[in-house]
Amino acid sequence: MNPSLNLWLIPILPLAGATINGFLGKKSSRQAVTTIALFFSGAAFAMALWVALRSSSLPLPHQEYLAHWIRSGSFSVDFAFYLDQLSLVMLLVVTGVGFLIHIYSVGYMWDDPSFYRFFSYLNLFMFFMLTLVLANNYLVMFIGWEGVGLASYLLIGFWFTKDSAASAGKKAFIVNRIGDFGFLIALFLLIKHFGSLNFEQVFQRVAPLGPETAGTGLLTAIGILLMVGACGKSAQIPLYIWLPDAMEGPTPVSALIHAATMVTAGVYMVSRSHLIFERAPAALTVVAIIGTLTAFFAATIGIAQTDIKKVLAYSTVSQLGYMFVACGVGAFSAGIFHLMTHAFFKGLLFLAAGSVIHAVGGEQDMRKMGGLKSFIPWTFLTMGIATLAISGIPPLAGFWSKDEILWKAYQVSWVYWLIGLITAFITSFYMFRLLYMTFFGDYRGAQVDTHGHGSHAHDAHGHGVPHESPMVMLVPLMILAALSLVGGLVGIGNRFEHFLAPVFGSPEAAEAASHGTEMLLMGISVAVALLGWWLAYLLYYSRPELPQKIADLLGGFYQTVVHKYYVDEIYAAVFIKPLIDGSTRILWQDVDQKIIDAAVNDAGDGARHVSDEARHMQSGNIRSYAGWIAAGSAVVIAFMIWMWTGAR
Amino acid sequence: MVQSYVPLSYYLLLSGFLFACGVVGFLIKRNIITIFMSIELMLNGVNLSFVAFAAHWHALAGQVFVFFVMVVAAAEASVGLAIIIAVYRTRETLNVDQVNLLKL
Repeated sequence: MNPSLNLWLIPILPLAGATINGFLGKKSSRQAVTTIALFFSGAAFAMALWVALRSSSLPLPHQEYLAHWIRSGSFSVDFAFYLDQLSLVMLLVVTGVGFLIHIYSVGYMWDDPSFYRFFSYLNLFMFFMLTLVLANNYLVMFIGWEGVGLASYLLIGFWFTKDSAASAGKKAFIVNRIGDFGFLIALFLLIKHFGSLNFEQVFQRVAPLGPETAGTGLLTAIGILLMVGACGKSAQIPLYIWLPDAMEGPTPVSALIHAATMVTAGVYMVSRSHLIFERAPAALTVVAIIGTLTAFFAATIGIAQTDIKKVLAYSTVSQLGYMFVACGVGAFSAGIFHLMTHAFFKGLLFLAAGSVIHAVGGEQDMRKMGGLKSFIPWTFLTMGIATLAISGIPPLAGFWSKDEILWKAYQVSWVYWLIGLITAFITSFYMFRLLYMTFFGDYRGAQVDTHGHGSHAHDAHGHGVPHESPMVMLVPLMILAALSLVGGLVGIGNRFEHFLAPVFGSPEAAEAASHGTEMLLMGISVAVALLGWWLAYLLYYSRPELPQKIADLLGGFYQTVVHKYYVDEIYAAVFIKPLIDGSTRILWQDVDQKIIDAAVNDAGDGARHVSDEARHMQSGNIRSYAGWIAAGSAVVIAFMIWMWTGAR
Repeated sequence: MVQSYVPLSYYLLLSGFLFACGVVGFLIKRNIITIFMSIELMLNGVNLSFVAFAAHWHALAGQVFVFFVMVVAAAEASVGLAIIIAVYRTRETLNVDQVNLLKL
């Protein structure tokens, strides 16, 4: 009997915070709300750290049973928790980054009238996310999965009085619904064929099955359907469209939910199901192709964006693509590694972007920034570190994880590697473009007090010269910057991979044989990162007139990229418009109005017409009544006579 | 045994004639009193056929029935006349075509 770690406390703590703030926050002071929110998210983090320390002396996976939920014949689902190396990594990332972002949000959201509501939602998100990563079966995971979707919806639409925010929230929710549909069908298939949703039982029953080399089969179907779910949650082609719009939410939300944690749930889920995927090569190929394409396309869109958060949003989509490439080539630990480092540097990038937006009074258009490095040196420093990290400059975090993925991809197919490499180049380019446009050159923004903040008035704090954020926002930036600096070092010598080996199996044998090739590829990816940096330097620092010329040169293609390949428009034309038209013309105007409504109305009208005629009999004239009686009697008598005579 | 010198059909024809007079009077007259008298005429037409059959078949039931009809008719006459007086007091008319408050 293992000692209990009381794992259930970890998700419940933030839920308590969400409940207290949600019900009592409105009447409480900001200080009280802050205390509650930070205490409960911090307690979850402390608890996670304690669990991490204790876990080294425990046999993993460690399971804890809380209560049973569904019992139906031999099928049962429990509220139970599952702790292994994988969920431990996720646990630390979610609580750690989540706690830092909570701290940051105190500063960022201080002036918002719905301060308490924000923290209530944020804690609620933590609860669901922790449920997701700690679940010991697919159904409890699904609770968390849907719950983070709900929290995401609430937080994207946090400024719900703004139309674009409200519709962005709806878009996220609806697009996710498509993915969840695939996830659900996968769960049904698991129940039908394996009789369980419990991770341990499912994997025990999957393990003896051989790989489905024919490219079709049950596991392939389950794998692809799980991937559909992951596509929705983790914003992959073709369901990535909600994530850029999700930037309507407050910036800390973008950092926590739409960069560091929730969107990586798909990667976690695919990694968790690695036994299924490893037995379905076709499904793995699908994952890898989707990942590669997403990484590449999102990166190209990122080049042409001018909204600082949109660049980061497409960058997130692209980096998530990398993680799926890793999963798709069977290097799950590399995917999780990148997930972790990405949580550090992308969380940092978003928080720093929030700090920038804060500094310039709510402006998000990079064309109106520039020269900010002397105004906000700390933000610049931390954002610079994050940029180096994401671009893959050694020895920062992103370099190690990205290189690991590229190396594993190369072992499977050079096509994945090449596209990944090109993406790495583009990533480096657009990130340094962001850095140069924002922090270098001259300040291009109008004086903040005189211009109307445009559509981003919500982030406005109404001050003149750009100025540095308060300490409460800078400290999380610095901690994340430190993590971005050194976070990748855990991957040296495959230590991270060995740590996760009990979950994913031992690293492949092909290790030592091609050490030289690995070094060469590493050199190439550093070279392209530097090349991207140099190009951004050239175009956006030393020769700032060049980008416009290049854009003019590319003409139509440039416009296509600026408009995100018109994907939203295509979806609107292909899916949304037929749906609305079909509903309007056929379902509403034909079926509803012409058949259902018409039937009801005609029945009523018919009854009215008949009665209209019949009521003339009831004239109120006594003599006409008497006439009717007499006539009726005459008819009856005539009938009786006829019957009597006829019967004889 | 009372010899009947008048055939049954004569009685029945007279009875039918009286009843028809009552019906026609009921339908064409507008004065409530006249209508009321027409009803009495119909009743007595029927009564006549009752007693005629009773005599013809030597059955006492028909004659007994006529007494019941007369009693009921008397009761009805008293109620009916009371209603007519009440109608006249409120409507100040005895024309049935003007007593049409139930009309739509």
